[in-house]
Amino acid sequence: MTTIRAIDFTPRPGAAPLGRMVLAQAGMELRVLLRNGEQLLLTLVIPVLLLVLLATTSFVDLGVDGTAARAAFLTPGVLALAVLSTAFTGQAIGTGFERRYGVLKRLGATPLSRFGLLAAKVLAVLAVQGIQVAVLAGVGLALGWRPAPGAAGLAAALLLVAAGTAAFGSLALLMAGTLRAEATLAAANLVYVLLLGLGGVVVPLDAYPEALRAAVAPLPITALAEGMRDALGGGPFPLAQLAVLACWAALGGALAARFFRWE
Amino acid sequence: MGETGLDLADVVKRYGDTLAVAGVSLTAERGAVTALLGPNGAGKTTTLEICEGFRRPDSGRVRVLGLDPARDAAELRPRVGVMPQSGGVPSGARAGEWLRLVARFHAHPVPPGALLERLALTSCARTPFRRLSGGQQQRLSLAAAVVGRPELVFLDEPTAGLDPQSRHAAWEIVRELRAAGVAVVLTTHYLEEAERLADRVVVIDRGRVAAAGTPAELTGSVSRLRFSSRDPVDLAALTTALPAGFAARALSGGQYVVEAPGGAVGPELIAAVAAWCASRGVLAEDLRIGRRTLEDAFLELTGHELREP
Repeated sequence: MTTIRAIDFTPRPGAAPLGRMVLAQAGMELRVLLRNGEQLLLTLVIPVLLLVLLATTSFVDLGVDGTAARAAFLTPGVLALAVLSTAFTGQAIGTGFERRYGVLKRLGATPLSRFGLLAAKVLAVLAVQGIQVAVLAGVGLALGWRPAPGAAGLAAALLLVAAGTAAFGSLALLMAGTLRAEATLAAANLVYVLLLGLGGVVVPLDAYPEALRAAVAPLPITALAEGMRDALGGGPFPLAQLAVLACWAALGGALAARFFRWE
Repeated sequence: MGETGLDLADVVKRYGDTLAVAGVSLTAERGAVTALLGPNGAGKTTTLEICEGFRRPDSGRVRVLGLDPARDAAELRPRVGVMPQSGGVPSGARAGEWLRLVARFHAHPVPPGALLERLALTSCARTPFRRLSGGQQQRLSLAAAVVGRPELVFLDEPTAGLDPQSRHAAWEIVRELRAAGVAVVLTTHYLEEAERLADRVVVIDRGRVAAAGTPAELTGSVSRLRFSSRDPVDLAALTTALPAGFAARALSGGQYVVEAPGGAVGPELIAAVAAWCASRGVLAEDLRIGRRTLEDAFLELTGHELREP
Protein backbone atom coordinates (compact mmCIF):
# COMPACT_ATOMS: atom_id res chain seq x y z
CA MET A 1 0.00 0.00 0.00
CA THR A 2 1.24 3.42 -0.85
CA THR A 3 0.40 6.29 1.43
CA ILE A 4 -2.40 8.51 0.19
CA ARG A 5 -1.45 12.10 -0.38
CA ALA A 6 -4.30 14.46 0.36
CA ILE A 7 -5.10 16.96 -2.39
CA ASP A 8 -6.43 20.42 -1.72
CA PHE A 9 -9.70 20.54 -3.62
CA THR A 10 -10.84 23.83 -2.08
CA PRO A 11 -12.72 25.50 -4.93
CA ARG A 12 -10.62 28.07 -6.72
CA PRO A 13 -12.10 28.19 -10.18
CA GLY A 14 -10.87 30.38 -12.98
CA ALA A 15 -10.18 30.18 -16.68
CA ALA A 16 -6.60 30.45 -17.91
CA PRO A 17 -5.80 33.33 -20.30
CA LEU A 18 -7.15 32.61 -23.80
CA GLY A 19 -3.67 32.57 -25.37
CA ARG A 20 -2.46 29.91 -22.97
CA MET A 21 -5.53 27.76 -23.59
CA VAL A 22 -5.20 28.04 -27.37
CA LEU A 23 -1.49 27.19 -27.31
CA ALA A 24 -2.07 24.22 -25.02
CA GLN A 25 -4.86 22.88 -27.25
CA ALA A 26 -2.87 23.54 -30.44
CA GLY A 27 0.06 21.62 -28.95
CA MET A 28 -2.22 18.67 -28.21
CA GLU A 29 -3.72 18.73 -31.71
CA LEU A 30 -0.26 18.90 -33.27
CA ARG A 31 1.12 16.01 -31.23
CA VAL A 32 -1.90 13.83 -32.00
CA LEU A 33 -1.58 14.66 -35.72
CA LEU A 34 2.12 13.92 -35.86
CA ARG A 35 1.69 10.62 -34.00
CA ASN A 36 -0.95 9.39 -36.41
CA GLY A 37 0.69 7.13 -38.98
CA GLU A 38 -2.08 7.25 -41.59
CA GLN A 39 -2.09 11.02 -41.41
CA LEU A 40 1.65 11.19 -42.00
CA LEU A 41 1.19 8.96 -45.03
CA LEU A 42 -1.18 11.52 -46.54
CA THR A 43 0.60 14.65 -45.38
CA LEU A 44 4.22 13.74 -46.13
CA VAL A 45 4.89 10.30 -47.58
CA ILE A 46 2.55 10.48 -50.58
CA PRO A 47 3.51 14.06 -51.58
CA VAL A 48 7.24 13.28 -51.32
CA LEU A 49 6.88 10.04 -53.28
CA LEU A 50 4.85 11.76 -55.99
CA LEU A 51 7.36 14.55 -56.27
CA VAL A 52 10.38 12.24 -56.48
CA LEU A 53 8.80 9.60 -58.72
CA LEU A 54 7.21 11.96 -61.22
CA ALA A 55 10.25 14.25 -61.36
CA THR A 56 12.77 11.48 -61.95
CA THR A 57 10.70 9.37 -64.36
CA SER A 58 8.49 10.15 -67.29
CA PHE A 59 5.43 8.13 -66.26
CA VAL A 60 3.36 11.27 -66.64
CA ASP A 61 3.81 13.67 -69.54
CA LEU A 62 4.30 17.04 -67.88
CA GLY A 63 5.06 18.85 -71.12
CA VAL A 64 8.66 19.47 -70.01
CA ASP A 65 11.82 17.39 -70.05
CA GLY A 66 14.54 16.86 -67.47
CA THR A 67 14.32 16.27 -63.73
CA ALA A 68 14.85 19.93 -62.81
CA ALA A 69 12.17 21.19 -65.17
CA ARG A 70 9.79 18.48 -64.04
CA ALA A 71 10.48 19.33 -60.37
CA ALA A 72 9.84 22.98 -61.16
CA PHE A 73 6.40 22.10 -62.46
CA LEU A 74 5.61 19.54 -59.75
CA THR A 75 6.76 21.24 -56.55
CA PRO A 76 4.12 24.02 -56.41
CA GLY A 77 1.38 21.47 -57.18
CA VAL A 78 2.61 19.10 -54.51
CA LEU A 79 2.69 21.99 -52.04
CA ALA A 80 -0.98 22.58 -52.90
CA LEU A 81 -1.61 18.87 -52.32
CA ALA A 82 0.07 19.18 -48.92
CA VAL A 83 -2.30 21.99 -47.97
CA LEU A 84 -5.25 19.83 -49.09
CA SER A 85 -4.07 16.80 -47.10
CA THR A 86 -3.66 18.69 -43.84
CA ALA A 87 -6.39 21.32 -43.95
CA PHE A 88 -9.04 19.11 -45.54
CA THR A 89 -8.44 15.37 -45.25
CA GLY A 90 -6.65 15.42 -41.91
CA GLN A 91 -9.04 17.89 -40.29
CA ALA A 92 -12.18 16.21 -41.62
CA ILE A 93 -11.15 12.79 -40.34
CA GLY A 94 -9.71 14.07 -37.06
CA THR A 95 -12.65 16.31 -36.24
CA GLY A 96 -15.15 13.65 -37.36
CA PHE A 97 -13.78 11.17 -34.84
CA GLU A 98 -13.48 13.83 -32.13
CA ARG A 99 -17.16 14.48 -32.60
CA ARG A 100 -17.97 10.78 -32.59
CA TYR A 101 -15.97 10.12 -29.39
CA GLY A 102 -17.54 13.07 -27.58
CA VAL A 103 -14.27 15.04 -27.50
CA LEU A 104 -15.86 18.19 -28.90
CA LYS A 105 -18.66 17.92 -26.36
CA ARG A 106 -16.18 17.34 -23.52
CA LEU A 107 -14.08 20.32 -24.60
CA GLY A 108 -17.30 22.33 -24.63
CA ALA A 109 -17.46 21.78 -20.88
CA THR A 110 -13.98 23.25 -20.33
CA PRO A 111 -13.10 26.95 -20.24
CA LEU A 112 -11.81 26.67 -23.84
CA SER A 113 -14.38 28.44 -26.02
CA ARG A 114 -15.40 27.29 -29.49
CA PHE A 115 -13.43 30.20 -30.90
CA GLY A 116 -10.41 29.05 -28.91
CA LEU A 117 -10.80 25.50 -30.21
CA LEU A 118 -11.03 26.72 -33.80
CA ALA A 119 -7.99 28.95 -33.33
CA ALA A 120 -6.06 26.01 -31.91
CA LYS A 121 -6.99 23.84 -34.89
CA VAL A 122 -5.85 26.55 -37.31
CA LEU A 123 -2.53 26.89 -35.47
CA ALA A 124 -1.97 23.13 -35.51
CA VAL A 125 -2.77 22.96 -39.23
CA LEU A 126 -0.40 25.84 -40.00
CA ALA A 127 2.35 24.18 -37.96
CA VAL A 128 1.97 20.90 -39.88
CA GLN A 129 1.95 22.85 -43.14
CA GLY A 130 5.17 24.55 -42.10
CA ILE A 131 6.78 21.14 -41.70
CA GLN A 132 5.35 19.99 -45.04
CA VAL A 133 6.59 23.06 -46.87
CA ALA A 134 10.08 22.68 -45.37
CA VAL A 135 10.32 19.01 -46.38
CA LEU A 136 8.71 19.31 -49.82
CA ALA A 137 10.54 22.50 -50.77
CA GLY A 138 13.77 20.81 -49.64
CA VAL A 139 13.08 17.78 -51.82
CA GLY A 140 12.09 20.05 -54.72
CA LEU A 141 15.27 22.10 -54.40
CA ALA A 142 17.33 18.92 -54.24
CA LEU A 143 15.70 17.80 -57.50
CA GLY A 144 16.66 21.05 -59.17
CA TRP A 145 13.62 23.29 -58.58
CA ARG A 146 14.79 26.90 -58.63
CA PRO A 147 11.86 29.11 -57.66
CA ALA A 148 12.14 32.80 -58.45
CA PRO A 149 9.09 34.25 -56.78
CA GLY A 150 10.27 37.72 -55.74
CA ALA A 151 8.55 39.50 -52.85
CA ALA A 152 5.19 39.78 -54.61
CA GLY A 153 5.25 36.11 -55.59
CA LEU A 154 6.12 35.03 -52.08
CA ALA A 155 3.32 37.16 -50.64
CA ALA A 156 0.95 35.68 -53.22
CA ALA A 157 2.01 32.15 -52.24
CA LEU A 158 1.38 32.88 -48.54
CA LEU A 159 -2.01 34.37 -49.38
CA LEU A 160 -2.86 31.32 -51.46
CA VAL A 161 -1.91 28.95 -48.65
CA ALA A 162 -3.98 30.99 -46.18
CA ALA A 163 -7.00 31.13 -48.49
CA GLY A 164 -6.60 27.45 -49.39
CA THR A 165 -6.38 26.48 -45.73
CA ALA A 166 -9.53 28.46 -44.97
CA ALA A 167 -11.39 26.91 -47.91
CA PHE A 168 -10.32 23.33 -47.23
CA GLY A 169 -10.61 23.71 -43.47
CA SER A 170 -14.18 24.99 -43.59
CA LEU A 171 -15.16 22.23 -46.04
CA ALA A 172 -13.52 19.72 -43.68
CA LEU A 173 -15.58 21.00 -40.75
CA LEU A 174 -18.72 20.92 -42.88
CA MET A 175 -18.09 17.24 -43.66
CA ALA A 176 -16.98 16.29 -40.14
CA GLY A 177 -19.87 18.13 -38.51
CA THR A 178 -22.62 16.59 -40.60
CA LEU A 179 -21.61 13.04 -41.62
CA ARG A 180 -20.91 10.01 -39.46
CA ALA A 181 -17.24 9.56 -38.61
CA GLU A 182 -16.85 6.46 -40.81
CA ALA A 183 -18.52 8.20 -43.75
CA THR A 184 -16.22 11.19 -43.25
CA LEU A 185 -13.19 8.89 -43.21
CA ALA A 186 -14.18 7.31 -46.52
CA ALA A 187 -15.36 10.50 -48.20
CA ALA A 188 -12.36 12.60 -47.15
CA ASN A 189 -9.93 10.05 -48.53
CA LEU A 190 -11.97 9.72 -51.73
CA VAL A 191 -12.00 13.48 -52.22
CA TYR A 192 -8.23 13.55 -51.70
CA VAL A 193 -7.66 10.92 -54.38
CA LEU A 194 -10.13 12.48 -56.81
CA LEU A 195 -8.68 15.97 -56.43
CA LEU A 196 -5.16 14.58 -56.72
CA GLY A 197 -6.07 12.92 -60.00
CA LEU A 198 -8.35 15.56 -61.48
CA GLY A 199 -7.26 18.83 -59.95
CA GLY A 200 -4.24 19.76 -62.02
CA VAL A 201 -1.89 18.86 -59.17
CA VAL A 202 0.59 16.65 -61.01
CA VAL A 203 -0.80 16.94 -64.54
CA PRO A 204 -0.78 20.30 -66.30
CA LEU A 205 -4.25 21.68 -66.90
CA ASP A 206 -3.33 22.17 -70.59
CA ALA A 207 -3.15 18.38 -70.96
CA TYR A 208 -6.84 18.03 -70.01
CA PRO A 209 -9.58 17.75 -72.62
CA GLU A 210 -11.30 21.09 -73.16
CA ALA A 211 -14.57 20.11 -71.43
CA LEU A 212 -12.84 18.69 -68.39
CA ARG A 213 -10.59 21.72 -68.10
CA ALA A 214 -13.59 24.00 -67.71
CA ALA A 215 -15.06 21.66 -65.11
CA VAL A 216 -11.95 21.42 -62.92
CA ALA A 217 -10.77 25.02 -63.13
CA PRO A 218 -13.15 26.22 -60.35
CA LEU A 219 -12.04 23.42 -57.98
CA PRO A 220 -10.19 24.77 -54.95
CA ILE A 221 -7.26 22.39 -55.45
CA THR A 222 -6.88 23.45 -59.09
CA ALA A 223 -6.97 27.12 -58.14
CA LEU A 224 -4.40 26.52 -55.41
CA ALA A 225 -2.05 24.44 -57.59
CA GLU A 226 -2.25 26.80 -60.59
CA GLY A 227 -1.92 29.83 -58.34
CA MET A 228 1.15 28.38 -56.61
CA ARG A 229 2.79 27.70 -59.98
CA ASP A 230 2.23 31.33 -61.01
CA ALA A 231 3.29 32.75 -57.64
CA LEU A 232 6.47 30.70 -57.26
CA GLY A 233 7.39 30.57 -60.94
CA GLY A 234 7.42 34.30 -61.56
CA GLY A 235 4.05 34.25 -63.30
CA PRO A 236 1.27 36.85 -63.05
CA PHE A 237 -0.31 37.67 -59.67
CA PRO A 238 -2.86 34.82 -59.14
CA LEU A 239 -5.84 37.06 -58.48
CA ALA A 240 -8.42 34.81 -60.13
CA GLN A 241 -7.22 31.76 -58.18
CA LEU A 242 -7.29 33.72 -54.92
CA ALA A 243 -10.85 34.77 -55.71
CA VAL A 244 -11.88 31.15 -56.35
CA LEU A 245 -10.39 30.06 -53.01
CA ALA A 246 -12.03 32.98 -51.19
CA CYS A 247 -15.41 31.95 -52.63
CA TRP A 248 -14.93 28.36 -51.47
CA ALA A 249 -13.88 29.59 -48.01
CA ALA A 250 -16.96 31.82 -47.76
CA LEU A 251 -19.27 29.06 -48.97
CA GLY A 252 -17.70 26.37 -46.77
CA GLY A 253 -17.61 28.68 -43.76
CA ALA A 254 -21.26 29.68 -44.10
CA LEU A 255 -22.42 26.09 -44.57
CA ALA A 256 -20.27 24.80 -41.70
CA ALA A 257 -21.54 27.53 -39.38
CA ARG A 258 -25.09 26.62 -40.34
CA PHE A 259 -24.94 22.80 -40.30
CA PHE A 260 -22.07 21.80 -38.00
CA ARG A 261 -23.27 19.55 -35.15
CA TRP A 262 -21.07 19.31 -32.08
CA GLU A 263 -22.32 15.82 -31.21
CA MET B 1 -20.18 31.83 -3.36
CA GLY B 2 -23.42 31.64 -1.40
CA GLU B 3 -25.81 30.21 -3.99
CA THR B 4 -27.07 26.66 -3.89
CA GLY B 5 -25.01 24.31 -6.03
CA LEU B 6 -27.89 23.13 -8.13
CA ASP B 7 -31.57 23.98 -8.21
CA LEU B 8 -33.99 22.40 -10.69
CA ALA B 9 -37.72 23.14 -10.76
CA ASP B 10 -40.21 21.23 -12.93
CA VAL B 11 -37.70 20.44 -15.66
CA VAL B 12 -39.19 18.72 -18.70
CA LYS B 13 -37.35 17.30 -21.71
CA ARG B 14 -38.97 15.49 -24.62
CA TYR B 15 -37.38 13.56 -27.46
CA GLY B 16 -40.13 13.28 -30.03
CA ASP B 17 -42.93 11.41 -28.28
CA THR B 18 -40.71 10.22 -25.44
CA LEU B 19 -40.80 12.15 -22.20
CA ALA B 20 -37.21 11.69 -21.02
CA VAL B 21 -37.50 14.07 -18.08
CA ALA B 22 -41.05 14.57 -16.84
CA GLY B 23 -40.97 17.43 -14.36
CA VAL B 24 -37.89 16.94 -12.19
CA SER B 25 -37.30 19.21 -9.21
CA LEU B 26 -34.25 18.79 -7.03
CA THR B 27 -31.52 20.69 -5.23
CA ALA B 28 -27.91 19.89 -4.48
CA GLU B 29 -25.98 21.73 -1.78
CA ARG B 30 -22.34 22.68 -1.62
CA GLY B 31 -20.20 20.47 0.56
CA ALA B 32 -22.57 17.58 -0.01
CA VAL B 33 -22.83 14.57 -2.29
CA THR B 34 -26.13 14.26 -4.11
CA ALA B 35 -26.74 10.94 -5.87
CA LEU B 36 -29.24 10.59 -8.68
CA LEU B 37 -30.21 6.97 -8.41
CA GLY B 38 -32.35 5.13 -10.91
CA PRO B 39 -32.59 2.28 -13.37
CA ASN B 40 -31.13 2.54 -16.87
CA GLY B 41 -33.11 4.93 -19.02
CA ALA B 42 -34.68 6.67 -16.03
CA GLY B 43 -33.59 10.10 -17.26
CA LYS B 44 -30.54 10.60 -15.03
CA THR B 45 -28.07 11.38 -17.79
CA THR B 46 -30.51 13.66 -19.62
CA THR B 47 -31.09 15.55 -16.37
CA LEU B 48 -27.34 15.87 -15.87
CA GLU B 49 -26.78 17.03 -19.45
CA ILE B 50 -29.40 19.73 -19.01
CA CYS B 51 -27.51 20.92 -15.91
CA GLU B 52 -24.23 20.82 -17.86
CA GLY B 53 -25.72 23.04 -20.55
CA PHE B 54 -25.46 20.37 -23.28
CA ARG B 55 -29.24 20.19 -23.66
CA ARG B 56 -31.93 22.75 -23.17
CA PRO B 57 -35.04 21.78 -21.25
CA ASP B 58 -38.41 22.18 -22.97
CA SER B 59 -39.70 23.82 -19.81
CA GLY B 60 -38.75 24.35 -16.20
CA ARG B 61 -36.08 26.30 -14.42
CA VAL B 62 -32.43 25.30 -14.07
CA ARG B 63 -29.98 27.16 -11.85
CA VAL B 64 -26.38 26.04 -11.59
CA LEU B 65 -24.45 28.03 -8.96
CA GLY B 66 -27.29 30.53 -9.32
CA LEU B 67 -26.75 30.86 -13.09
CA ASP B 68 -28.54 29.65 -16.22
CA PRO B 69 -26.38 26.93 -17.85
CA ALA B 70 -27.55 27.86 -21.36
CA ARG B 71 -27.21 31.63 -21.08
CA ASP B 72 -24.24 31.86 -18.70
CA ALA B 73 -22.24 28.98 -20.15
CA ALA B 74 -19.00 30.94 -20.49
CA GLU B 75 -19.12 32.03 -16.87
CA LEU B 76 -20.00 28.56 -15.61
CA ARG B 77 -17.46 26.51 -17.58
CA PRO B 78 -14.45 27.29 -15.35
CA ARG B 79 -16.52 26.74 -12.20
CA VAL B 80 -18.09 23.38 -13.06
CA GLY B 81 -16.31 20.06 -13.60
CA VAL B 82 -17.86 17.45 -15.86
CA MET B 83 -17.24 13.72 -16.14
CA PRO B 84 -19.18 12.18 -19.04
CA GLN B 85 -20.34 8.58 -18.90
CA SER B 86 -17.69 7.55 -21.41
CA GLY B 87 -15.22 8.88 -23.93
CA GLY B 88 -14.58 12.56 -24.36
CA VAL B 89 -10.82 12.13 -24.88
CA PRO B 90 -9.04 11.96 -28.28
CA SER B 91 -8.07 8.32 -28.83
CA GLY B 92 -4.46 9.26 -29.57
CA ALA B 93 -3.97 11.56 -26.56
CA ARG B 94 -1.87 10.15 -23.73
CA ALA B 95 -3.39 9.99 -20.26
CA GLY B 96 -0.98 12.42 -18.60
CA GLU B 97 -0.99 14.72 -21.60
CA TRP B 98 -4.79 15.01 -21.52
CA LEU B 99 -4.92 15.78 -17.81
CA ARG B 100 -2.18 18.41 -18.16
CA LEU B 101 -4.09 19.95 -21.07
CA VAL B 102 -7.30 20.30 -19.07
CA ALA B 103 -5.26 21.68 -16.16
CA ARG B 104 -3.76 24.30 -18.53
CA PHE B 105 -7.28 25.58 -19.23
CA HIS B 106 -7.63 26.61 -15.58
CA ALA B 107 -6.04 29.39 -13.58
CA HIS B 108 -5.38 27.46 -10.34
CA PRO B 109 -5.48 23.74 -11.13
CA VAL B 110 -4.73 20.88 -8.80
CA PRO B 111 -1.24 19.54 -9.72
CA PRO B 112 -1.98 16.92 -12.42
CA GLY B 113 0.82 14.66 -11.20
CA ALA B 114 -0.72 14.37 -7.74
CA LEU B 115 -4.09 13.44 -9.23
CA LEU B 116 -2.53 10.82 -11.51
CA GLU B 117 -0.80 9.34 -8.50
CA ARG B 118 -3.95 9.29 -6.36
CA LEU B 119 -5.91 7.56 -9.09
CA ALA B 120 -3.14 5.05 -9.86
CA LEU B 121 -2.59 6.44 -13.36
CA THR B 122 1.10 7.31 -13.08
CA SER B 123 2.25 4.08 -14.70
CA CYS B 124 0.00 4.63 -17.74
CA ALA B 125 0.56 8.40 -18.01
CA ARG B 126 2.21 7.89 -21.42
CA THR B 127 -0.37 5.41 -22.71
CA PRO B 128 -2.76 6.64 -25.43
CA PHE B 129 -6.38 6.84 -24.30
CA ARG B 130 -7.56 4.10 -26.67
CA ARG B 131 -5.14 1.62 -25.09
CA LEU B 132 -6.19 2.34 -21.48
CA SER B 133 -8.42 -0.19 -19.75
CA GLY B 134 -12.04 0.82 -19.15
CA GLY B 135 -11.26 1.49 -15.50
CA GLN B 136 -8.24 3.63 -16.35
CA GLN B 137 -10.33 5.64 -18.80
CA GLN B 138 -12.96 6.20 -16.10
CA ARG B 139 -10.36 7.34 -13.58
CA LEU B 140 -8.74 9.70 -16.07
CA SER B 141 -12.12 11.17 -16.84
CA LEU B 142 -12.76 11.70 -13.12
CA ALA B 143 -9.37 13.36 -12.72
CA ALA B 144 -10.09 15.73 -15.62
CA ALA B 145 -13.43 16.70 -14.03
CA VAL B 146 -11.83 17.81 -10.76
CA VAL B 147 -8.42 19.16 -11.88
CA GLY B 148 -9.68 22.74 -12.33
CA ARG B 149 -10.72 23.16 -8.66
CA PRO B 150 -14.42 23.52 -9.52
CA GLU B 151 -17.20 24.57 -7.15
CA LEU B 152 -19.53 21.95 -8.53
CA VAL B 153 -18.87 18.63 -10.26
CA PHE B 154 -21.20 16.46 -12.32
CA LEU B 155 -20.08 12.84 -12.39
CA ASP B 156 -22.07 10.56 -14.69
CA GLU B 157 -21.68 7.01 -13.35
CA PRO B 158 -18.19 7.69 -11.97
CA THR B 159 -17.52 4.14 -10.82
CA ALA B 160 -19.25 2.08 -13.51
CA GLY B 161 -17.00 -0.82 -14.39
CA LEU B 162 -14.32 -0.04 -11.77
CA ASP B 163 -12.69 -2.79 -9.73
CA PRO B 164 -13.12 -2.53 -5.94
CA GLN B 165 -9.78 -0.77 -5.32
CA SER B 166 -10.44 1.82 -8.02
CA ARG B 167 -13.95 2.34 -6.73
CA HIS B 168 -12.64 3.10 -3.26
CA ALA B 169 -10.04 5.47 -4.70
CA ALA B 170 -12.81 7.29 -6.58
CA TRP B 171 -15.01 7.40 -3.47
CA GLU B 172 -12.12 8.85 -1.49
CA ILE B 173 -11.74 11.66 -4.04
CA VAL B 174 -15.48 12.36 -3.84
CA ARG B 175 -15.32 12.53 -0.05
CA GLU B 176 -12.39 14.96 -0.21
CA LEU B 177 -14.30 17.13 -2.67
CA ARG B 178 -17.24 17.23 -0.27
CA ALA B 179 -14.95 18.06 2.66
CA ALA B 180 -13.48 20.91 0.60
CA GLY B 181 -16.94 22.37 0.08
CA VAL B 182 -17.54 21.23 -3.49
CA ALA B 183 -21.09 20.36 -4.54
CA VAL B 184 -20.91 16.83 -5.96
CA VAL B 185 -23.75 15.59 -8.13
CA LEU B 186 -23.38 12.03 -9.40
CA THR B 187 -25.53 9.45 -11.07
CA THR B 188 -25.31 5.82 -10.17
CA HIS B 189 -27.25 2.64 -10.28
CA TYR B 190 -25.13 1.12 -7.57
CA LEU B 191 -27.21 1.22 -4.42
CA GLU B 192 -24.18 0.55 -2.28
CA GLU B 193 -22.53 3.61 -3.75
CA ALA B 194 -25.50 5.83 -3.01
CA GLU B 195 -25.85 4.43 0.50
CA ARG B 196 -22.19 4.83 1.42
CA LEU B 197 -21.33 8.03 -0.38
CA ALA B 198 -24.37 10.25 -0.69
CA ASP B 199 -25.66 12.79 1.78
CA ARG B 200 -28.80 12.95 -0.24
CA VAL B 201 -30.31 10.47 -2.64
CA VAL B 202 -32.76 11.42 -5.36
CA VAL B 203 -34.45 8.36 -6.81
CA ILE B 204 -35.35 9.02 -10.44
CA ASP B 205 -37.66 6.69 -12.30
CA ARG B 206 -39.37 7.16 -15.65
CA GLY B 207 -38.22 10.78 -15.77
CA ARG B 208 -39.69 11.68 -12.38
CA VAL B 209 -38.38 12.03 -8.85
CA ALA B 210 -39.78 8.95 -7.12
CA ALA B 211 -38.31 9.82 -3.72
CA ALA B 212 -35.65 12.03 -2.22
CA GLY B 213 -33.94 12.24 1.13
CA THR B 214 -30.96 11.07 3.12
CA PRO B 215 -30.19 7.35 2.82
CA ALA B 216 -31.52 6.94 6.38
CA GLU B 217 -34.77 8.70 5.52
CA LEU B 218 -35.24 6.51 2.48
CA THR B 219 -34.54 3.26 4.26
CA GLY B 220 -36.58 4.38 7.27
CA SER B 221 -36.63 2.93 10.74
CA VAL B 222 -38.53 -0.11 9.53
CA SER B 223 -36.89 -3.37 10.39
CA ARG B 224 -37.81 -6.77 9.08
CA LEU B 225 -37.11 -10.40 9.67
CA ARG B 226 -35.76 -12.54 6.90
CA PHE B 227 -35.09 -16.22 6.66
CA SER B 228 -34.62 -18.84 4.03
CA SER B 229 -35.85 -22.38 3.96
CA ARG B 230 -35.71 -25.36 1.67
CA ASP B 231 -39.02 -26.60 3.08
CA PRO B 232 -42.28 -25.27 1.67
CA VAL B 233 -43.74 -22.40 3.70
CA ASP B 234 -47.49 -21.78 3.83
CA LEU B 235 -47.45 -17.98 3.89
CA ALA B 236 -51.14 -17.54 4.78
CA ALA B 237 -50.82 -19.91 7.71
CA LEU B 238 -47.64 -18.24 8.91
CA THR B 239 -49.21 -14.80 8.74
CA THR B 240 -52.12 -15.84 10.97
CA ALA B 241 -49.61 -17.00 13.57
CA LEU B 242 -47.85 -13.62 13.66
CA PRO B 243 -48.44 -10.61 15.98
CA ALA B 244 -51.08 -8.24 14.61
CA GLY B 245 -50.02 -6.20 11.58
CA PHE B 246 -47.18 -8.44 10.49
CA ALA B 247 -47.33 -10.38 7.27
CA ALA B 248 -45.05 -12.88 5.56
CA ARG B 249 -44.16 -12.84 1.89
CA ALA B 250 -41.81 -14.78 -0.33
CA LEU B 251 -38.81 -13.41 -2.18
CA SER B 252 -37.03 -15.33 -4.89
CA GLY B 253 -34.90 -18.39 -4.16
CA GLY B 254 -36.69 -19.72 -1.06
CA GLN B 255 -36.26 -16.52 0.90
CA TYR B 256 -38.99 -15.08 3.07
CA VAL B 257 -39.59 -11.70 4.67
CA VAL B 258 -41.76 -10.92 7.66
CA GLU B 259 -42.59 -7.29 8.27
CA ALA B 260 -45.29 -4.81 9.23
CA PRO B 261 -45.83 -1.40 7.63
CA GLY B 262 -43.93 1.05 9.80
CA GLY B 263 -43.33 -1.63 12.40
CA ALA B 264 -40.18 -2.75 14.14
CA VAL B 265 -39.23 -6.33 14.86
CA GLY B 266 -39.45 -7.29 18.51
CA PRO B 267 -38.58 -10.47 20.43
CA GLU B 268 -42.17 -11.72 20.29
CA LEU B 269 -42.09 -11.75 16.48
CA ILE B 270 -38.96 -13.91 16.44
CA ALA B 271 -40.55 -16.26 18.94
CA ALA B 272 -43.74 -16.47 16.88
CA VAL B 273 -41.91 -17.24 13.63
CA ALA B 274 -39.65 -19.79 15.32
CA ALA B 275 -42.61 -21.47 17.06
CA TRP B 276 -44.60 -21.66 13.84
CA CYS B 277 -41.66 -23.13 11.95
CA ALA B 278 -41.13 -25.73 14.70
CA SER B 279 -44.82 -26.70 14.60
CA ARG B 280 -44.65 -27.25 10.85
CA GLY B 281 -41.27 -28.95 10.80
CA VAL B 282 -39.80 -26.10 8.72
CA LEU B 283 -36.10 -25.44 9.20
CA ALA B 284 -35.56 -21.68 9.06
CA GLU B 285 -31.98 -21.01 7.97
CA ASP B 286 -30.10 -17.77 7.81
CA LEU B 287 -32.65 -16.06 10.03
CA ARG B 288 -31.78 -12.42 10.57
CA ILE B 289 -33.23 -9.07 11.54
CA GLY B 290 -32.25 -6.01 9.57
CA ARG B 291 -33.24 -2.57 8.53
CA ARG B 292 -34.70 -2.10 5.14
CA THR B 293 -31.80 -1.53 2.76
CA LEU B 294 -31.70 1.16 0.13
CA GLU B 295 -32.04 -1.68 -2.36
CA ASP B 296 -35.37 -2.68 -0.82
CA ALA B 297 -36.55 0.93 -0.93
CA PHE B 298 -35.32 1.33 -4.47
CA LEU B 299 -37.01 -1.80 -5.76
CA GLU B 300 -40.25 -0.89 -4.03
CA LEU B 301 -40.15 2.55 -5.64
CA THR B 302 -39.11 1.51 -9.12
CA GLY B 303 -40.62 -1.96 -9.35
CA HIS B 304 -39.02 -5.35 -9.67
CA GLU B 305 -39.59 -6.09 -13.31
CA LEU B 306 -36.81 -5.80 -15.84
CA ARG B 307 -37.32 -2.97 -18.24
CA GLU B 308 -36.25 -2.16 -21.72
CA PRO B 309 -33.67 0.61 -21.46
